Amino acid sequence: MTEPGTDEEAVRAPDPLATPYREREQSVTMERVGHGVRDDGADLQPESELFTINLGPHHPATHGVLRLLCTLEGEQVLDVKPIIGYVHTGIEKSMETQQYWKAITFVERMDYLAYYFNAQAFCMTTERLLEVEVPTRAEYLRVIHTELNRIASHLFWLGTSALDIGAITMMWWALRERDYVLDLFEMSSGQRMHTRYFQVGGVMDDIPPGWEAKCREFLALFPSRIDQYEALLDKNEIWLQRMKHVGVVSKERLLELGVTGPLLRAAGDPWDLRKAMPYSAYADFDFKIPVGTVGDCYDRYRVRMAEMRESCRIVEQALDGLPEGPYITTDRKVALPPRHELATSMEALIHHFKLVTEGFRVPAGEAYCAIESPRGELGCYIRADGSAKPARVHVRDPSFVNLQALPEMSEGGLLADMIANIAMLDPILGGIDR
Amino acid sequence: MEVVRSKVAQPRDSDGFRQRQLSARQLLRGDLEGDDLEKYVEERVMLTTLEKAQNWARRNACWPLGFGLACCAIEMITVIGSPRNDISRFGAEVVRASPRQADMIILSGRVSIKMAPIIRRIYDQMLEPKWVIAMGVCSSSAGMFNNYAVVQGADKFLPVDVYIPGCPPRPEALMYGILKLQDKITQEPSLGWRKQYGAEGTEEAPIQVA
Amino acid sequence: MPDATGLELVAQRVRSAVAEDAVVGTTYEHEQAMLEIAPARVREVLTYLRDEDEQPYEFLASLHGVDYLPEEPRLGVHYQLLSRARLERLGVKTRVTVEDPVVPSVIDLFPTANHQEREVFDMFGVLFDGHPDPRRILMPEDYEGHPQRRDFPVGGEPVLFTFNEHKYPRWYD
Repeated sequence: MTEPGTDEEAVRAPDPLATPYREREQSVTMERVGHGVRDDGADLQPESELFTINLGPHHPATHGVLRLLCTLEGEQVLDVKPIIGYVHTGIEKSMETQQYWKAITFVERMDYLAYYFNAQAFCMTTERLLEVEVPTRAEYLRVIHTELNRIASHLFWLGTSALDIGAITMMWWALRERDYVLDLFEMSSGQRMHTRYFQVGGVMDDIPPGWEAKCREFLALFPSRIDQYEALLDKNEIWLQRMKHVGVVSKERLLELGVTGPLLRAAGDPWDLRKAMPYSAYADFDFKIPVGTVGDCYDRYRVRMAEMRESCRIVEQALDGLPEGPYITTDRKVALPPRHELATSMEALIHHFKLVTEGFRVPAGEAYCAIESPRGELGCYIRADGSAKPARVHVRDPSFVNLQALPEMSEGGLLADMIANIAMLDPILGGIDR
Repeated sequence: MEVVRSKVAQPRDSDGFRQRQLSARQLLRGDLEGDDLEKYVEERVMLTTLEKAQNWARRNACWPLGFGLACCAIEMITVIGSPRNDISRFGAEVVRASPRQADMIILSGRVSIKMAPIIRRIYDQMLEPKWVIAMGVCSSSAGMFNNYAVVQGADKFLPVDVYIPGCPPRPEALMYGILKLQDKITQEPSLGWRKQYGAEGTEEAPIQVA
Repeated sequence: MPDATGLELVAQRVRSAVAEDAVVGTTYEHEQAMLEIAPARVREVLTYLRDEDEQPYEFLASLHGVDYLPEEPRLGVHYQLLSRARLERLGVKTRVTVEDPVVPSVIDLFPTANHQEREVFDMFGVLFDGHPDPRRILMPEDYEGHPQRRDFPVGGEPVLFTFNEHKYPRWYD
């Protein structure tokens, strides 16, 4: 309580670390930011020069419920501590209580913009454990859908990031194209998001007639739209001023921090799991990996725009080369038999019954498989114990690891640059918190 | 096939519009008398109650708080920001960042136990009248996440006006929910949560931290 | 991935370079190699694998925890290493008991371990010795218990059906 005439030191609030957690008015971290020294050698006075602010969980520009404890000196950011956990849903624990088939719906909701990728990582790892082979048509369909999802994810990133920086028009344009992609998803699986289209052993159902034509229509339209976006932003004076030379981290430091994906590629390292350790049917397609030079926010933006173009090319090649065949594995112990067989074959009926009630059993073992999601390396670790439910599922989410690069990118810059850094980092809090 | 041509009759409204123009001019000159004046005034005055007028104004300018939690937020942003589904035609385009300026909060996404006190605080900071839409099954009833980390339905700590099921609900479903909320505001405001919980005539007090 | 013989050679090299008791076992299944090491030797083994081995693994892709409940020692910590030059992955795991869940932190070898070790602490209760910021990361800071252990209940509410809805009082009762 303030009394007139007392010394400022005595008036300061009681030590926050001493009060119980629920009653604290301020947030603290275990390690306070030190005093720091100004350029002319004089000590900074704590509490009068440094300003700790909470870029709270509810904020229009943090791409989800991310909380950042920033220590500012004026407008310059000295220290950033991300505090996460505000959408922690216990997905990994919940999956231990579900059959593998049902667990796909849970894992899709982790990185909620790249839902096909989550499902693919999980299905790939389960297929590894089961030693079941996915037919080629299913692999091609998987590639088509994941690349379309990459386009949709990058479009949403573009719209919201540009909105954060101030280029509001981009949100309208990007969401318009994204609606076309979601229409395609709705046509093939019935849902716009979280489609449960990927199943262990293949995909849920074949694409309906007319889907390929509609997809080609979209692919014919899309590159001209990317041209429009680039015409608006690439040489825009305000965009360049906000993005160039902002948030530069060297690629060695990024590798130490475990960062992969467009951030690493923008820093100059052409590491992409689709080319380096090809999985699914990616080895059959011819596409390039866009790589930046400086590693600033502008490069990250250009890399993602180029990735959208490359994804278009991949989908075109996949549609051209789509082979005939089954869309899911014919191993009846893993995949449901087709409905017409249930009327004639007793074995099919028994398989169907066992799969629906209990689910397929996976022999005991552990496996880790990684794919390239729009944000980086998405890995899935499954420990199976011989029953129909996984014993432990862990998803190595790229946003969770990429977030560790945020303090490096933002320290020393301005607060507005930190907003640009968050936008270009493309964090998805569902994946970070799981 | 026989082709029959006939002259389209003159659209009837044109002379009504012209008549109104002429009578407006006469009024301004002070020329309308007696019955004409009565008719003129009747056509331009609407009688209603204060509640109805207030509700009409509130429903058509219900500003949402920009509050997205998880996957449903993506669909919410699609509704707010996509040219195809667009809620600015219903008056809800102005998404405010500050809870003090917002009328409704759309809880889009799963409510985890760490986030719940923060949502309650934001709800308390909003000014009356305020409405809550629980979008998606996760905020209505925890959806598929029946576990330790998710609050089993936002109505455990907040009064909710409209529940929209779906995982995530289609943009059309969210718009239908918003329109239902607008209907609720105009037609039966007493069917809000106060009647449901038997709390008519009460005021909300913010939760005090000891 | 290193194949089965390659894995045995790696294990041999680690044994000779670090200590005889460092490597507890090797597993090779589904074309994936896993090396199990003793918890006290984690730092030396990972330093060796990162810097000194003739086939180094310089990238830590993932650090996560597992609860092997019926089998002791119960808590496992997995390190997924990746060699970008040779395009190979190697899994390294250690296992600790619940009574003594201490594992040395590898944050100075692989700075990417910062958040990931905090998550393993939060979810399983494994204490990382030498981590600069050992707080909970996903659960609220004053939460008690370690949720992803197998004996921690999943939680949530019971789903009401007609046969059991009378057992649970409603909020209006």
